[in-house]
Amino acid sequence: MSDPTPDLTRTTAADLAAALAAGETTSVALTQAHLDRIAAVDGSVDAGVHAFLHVDTEGALAAAVASDERRAAGAPLHALDGVPVAVKDVLATTGLPTTCGSKILEGWIPPYDATVVRRLKDAGLPILGKTNMDEFAMGSSTEHSAYGPTRNPWDLERIPGGSGGGSAAAVAAFEAPLALGTDTGGSIRQPGAVTGTVGVKPTYGGVSRYGLVAMANSLDQVGPVTRTVLDAALLHELIGGHDPLDSTSVDQPVPGLVEAARQGATGDLSGLRVGVITELQGEGYQAGVLARFHESLELLTAAGAEVVEVSCPSFVHALATYYLVMPCEASSNLAKFDAMRYGLRVLPEGVDAPSAEQVMRATRDAGFGDEVKRRIILGTYALSSGYYDAYYGTAQRVRTLISRDFEAAFGRVDVLVSPTAPTTAFKLGEKLDDPLAMYLNDLATIPANLAGVPGISLPSGLADEDGLPAGFQVLAPAMADDRLYRVGAALEAALHDRWGGPLLDKVPALEGVAR
Amino acid sequence: MSATSETLVPFEDVLAAYDPALGLEVHVELNTATKMFCGCPAAFGGEPNTHVCPTCLGLPGAMPVVNGKAVESAIRIGLALNCDIAEWCRFARKNYFYPDMPKNFQTSQYDEPIAFDGYMDVEVDGETFRVEIERAHMEEDTGKSTHVGGATGRIHGADYSLVDYNRAGIPLIEIVTRPILGAGEKAPAVARAYVQQLRDLIVALGVSEARMDQGNLRADVNLSLSPKGSDVLGTRTETKNVNSFRSVERAVRFEMQRHAAILDAGEAIFQETRHWHEDTGITTSGRPKSDADDYRYFPEPDLVPVAPSREWVEELRGTLPENPVERRARLQEAWGFTDLEMRDVVAAGVVEAIEETVAEGAAPQAARKWWLSELSRRANDAGVEITELGVTPAQVAAVQKLVDDKVVNDKLARQVFDGLLAGEGTPAEIVEKRGLAVVSDDGALSTAVDNAIAANPDVADKIRDGKVAAAGALIGAVMKEMRGQADAARVRELILEKLS
Repeated sequence: MSDPTPDLTRTTAADLAAALAAGETTSVALTQAHLDRIAAVDGSVDAGVHAFLHVDTEGALAAAVASDERRAAGAPLHALDGVPVAVKDVLATTGLPTTCGSKILEGWIPPYDATVVRRLKDAGLPILGKTNMDEFAMGSSTEHSAYGPTRNPWDLERIPGGSGGGSAAAVAAFEAPLALGTDTGGSIRQPGAVTGTVGVKPTYGGVSRYGLVAMANSLDQVGPVTRTVLDAALLHELIGGHDPLDSTSVDQPVPGLVEAARQGATGDLSGLRVGVITELQGEGYQAGVLARFHESLELLTAAGAEVVEVSCPSFVHALATYYLVMPCEASSNLAKFDAMRYGLRVLPEGVDAPSAEQVMRATRDAGFGDEVKRRIILGTYALSSGYYDAYYGTAQRVRTLISRDFEAAFGRVDVLVSPTAPTTAFKLGEKLDDPLAMYLNDLATIPANLAGVPGISLPSGLADEDGLPAGFQVLAPAMADDRLYRVGAALEAALHDRWGGPLLDKVPALEGVAR
Repeated sequence: MSATSETLVPFEDVLAAYDPALGLEVHVELNTATKMFCGCPAAFGGEPNTHVCPTCLGLPGAMPVVNGKAVESAIRIGLALNCDIAEWCRFARKNYFYPDMPKNFQTSQYDEPIAFDGYMDVEVDGETFRVEIERAHMEEDTGKSTHVGGATGRIHGADYSLVDYNRAGIPLIEIVTRPILGAGEKAPAVARAYVQQLRDLIVALGVSEARMDQGNLRADVNLSLSPKGSDVLGTRTETKNVNSFRSVERAVRFEMQRHAAILDAGEAIFQETRHWHEDTGITTSGRPKSDADDYRYFPEPDLVPVAPSREWVEELRGTLPENPVERRARLQEAWGFTDLEMRDVVAAGVVEAIEETVAEGAAPQAARKWWLSELSRRANDAGVEITELGVTPAQVAAVQKLVDDKVVNDKLARQVFDGLLAGEGTPAEIVEKRGLAVVSDDGALSTAVDNAIAANPDVADKIRDGKVAAAGALIGAVMKEMRGQADAARVRELILEKLS
């Protein structure tokens, strides 16, 4: 292999942490290895994976040097001290641009860190850079990024999912061992499914949203994007827990996630009751995705779990509900981008002394992409006087019904499962002009956001018809995130046994793609 | 603007044909240490844009956290206004674009106010009006725009605008009345008395500086007229930011007269906000405002509901100060003031000052005299609130003690106040330094009296003839010679002794 340090980029975060602890490598060595890998495969908008919008070589290496010094002094800050991480560009980072994939924030450098970013820094993790995303996290393919799409490492002609396609692709292409994503309707889990990576949307309120540029505040959650369930647990535990700056964050200790993952990896699920959601399979789901899903169910049964079918009738309304709640909140959140204080400012053409309002109009017209404008219009309309009750009001009521479906289901089973996304990765451009087809990607992931419950997606194998990854989703009751890790780790162990190693061993090497 | 809007109907004529309906919206800026949703200082002023952070600047990703102290103040205001306190309520976003609003939505409360359904009894000329309170809700203030250039200081015609976000996010309580009907000719006075009494209440609660001149307390005056006897409310106008008690009264009066002129001409009132002009005492057209203004309110998803426990509410009820109306009645009786005297004292805002002065040992009438005449005048001359003048109740009591002890007379006492304002020390020190003590030594006085008699033989003759009243002229002459530092009563005695 031409890559001089292949082992470091292909090693899991847990193993990197162990190697650092054992003195077998240094943070500088493994940070440099990932920066080299980024240089080799990430490319640009024209070629390569294009997972990153901004790579912070200097900052990451400086953090790595500091980490090695701490470790030499016998005072590492955390088990993951020195293990590099990539951060979705929707999270505020001091000193690093935070664009949210939008022209309207081009070049904006926040004067503060998101709480999750602060926790990464306080634990000594070097930040490799900021990852690409659909503009303001609006999309399921990363094609709505104003800076060009990210490409799926499994097939560079295909989408990496979205909105967090950048984080998922970076991890799948071995450019980063860990990444942070955000999930409003599936933006961590669906990219995880189509790139063969692990993604977790924590319980709403389980991880601070302070510094996450909100799309829909009542749905957004920050979560880990990794290659293994154990790595996700390590990162989740690090970023989770109460934050006084986010009053919606839950003031309870984070459950033992790493412990749950280690326990699950023993492969024993006896006594666990698993519910297959009737409404999230069948019509609209690709045959290969369903085949891998059913195989995984068999593995769960083999591990001692009891698998039953559970109906959640309100879930059929989840997509419609989501597309009212989310645009309402988004339309208001995005009002702040008005050219008055930061970000893009566009002066209207042919106007001598434009008013503030004219500058706002011209800037918002030039700075927002079509999908963002579509959602602002939808949300503004749905919140308007005379329509509020019919749209926002009804959506909130349906949301309650969906929560009740979850409550009823979790009265019968410990976890619920479904395929994460109905299909494998589609071709770039294939659904770009068909918003409704695009929205259908999130059919199975949205209910968890509407109800605030946690969910994990992990790879279930490659679909027979196209050889692309399919995802398996596990959902648990609020604040029972540990169940995701127990079940996820057990299934992962069984699948690795079947495959003879991780699924990502099969991802193309990508050498020479970054032209 | 139509010609009729500039014409006014004489006030008495308005009342002959119309009934006024009043509504008052008062914004109270709380005196919490920090802002409504962040830890920035809520202090007035400061270099522009220095009391700011990601949250109150509305930076992408920043989030609000409710200030518990502001909730406490809101509940106490609500309780003092006899309101019900919500068991569970939320904040809402009021969406509209304006450069001084960092997020382009104001975090406020909409259909779930923290306090609702209360009242305040307002006294005007001995008559009590019950003003019903619809709601008191929490919200955040906006930044402050300064429009530079142009003639009006308004945004139109300005060369550029500057925005100071120090004020953005300062906690406000908005107190909204139900329509106040039946006040008739007293409508302007009721409006004024309501705002004034509300101010007193807020001050007594200690939740705000409540200074109208600094914008801590801002009143918007809604007014409409309906034909006499009709029970249908007329179209209203909302006059914004009327910033003194007197202006509240004047604005109501002006709008009543203006509305009547328009209605008399058979025209319709245009529903709009109006600007009050302190200098000319008129209102001018602002922006059109209709009930169709669509703020697209929805619950603020970044904040959890506010659910004050009943135990806490009752605990706060226990911290309420005495009701100002009852308190005034109690003090009036204790002090023996007439209704007129008490009204003047209340109007001058010196009830607390007199109370403290009396507590320091001065007689109530003496305390009233100093605060109401001497110190009110000085505050007026200096253009400051009387409480800001720099003279304390303890000092006033000390000055009165000097008068009681005949160390100084009233005239010299005024010079002691001069000394106090100039920071020359305690009243006793000022008397000493300025040599203000009254001369009652008969030797010095006797010489001065002899001089006065010699210089005014005509007057002396009159007194010898029994016209005792003429003694005043001689007393004046003696006082002049003694440069005011004489005990006038003793001078009189000496004159009468010598001329009897």
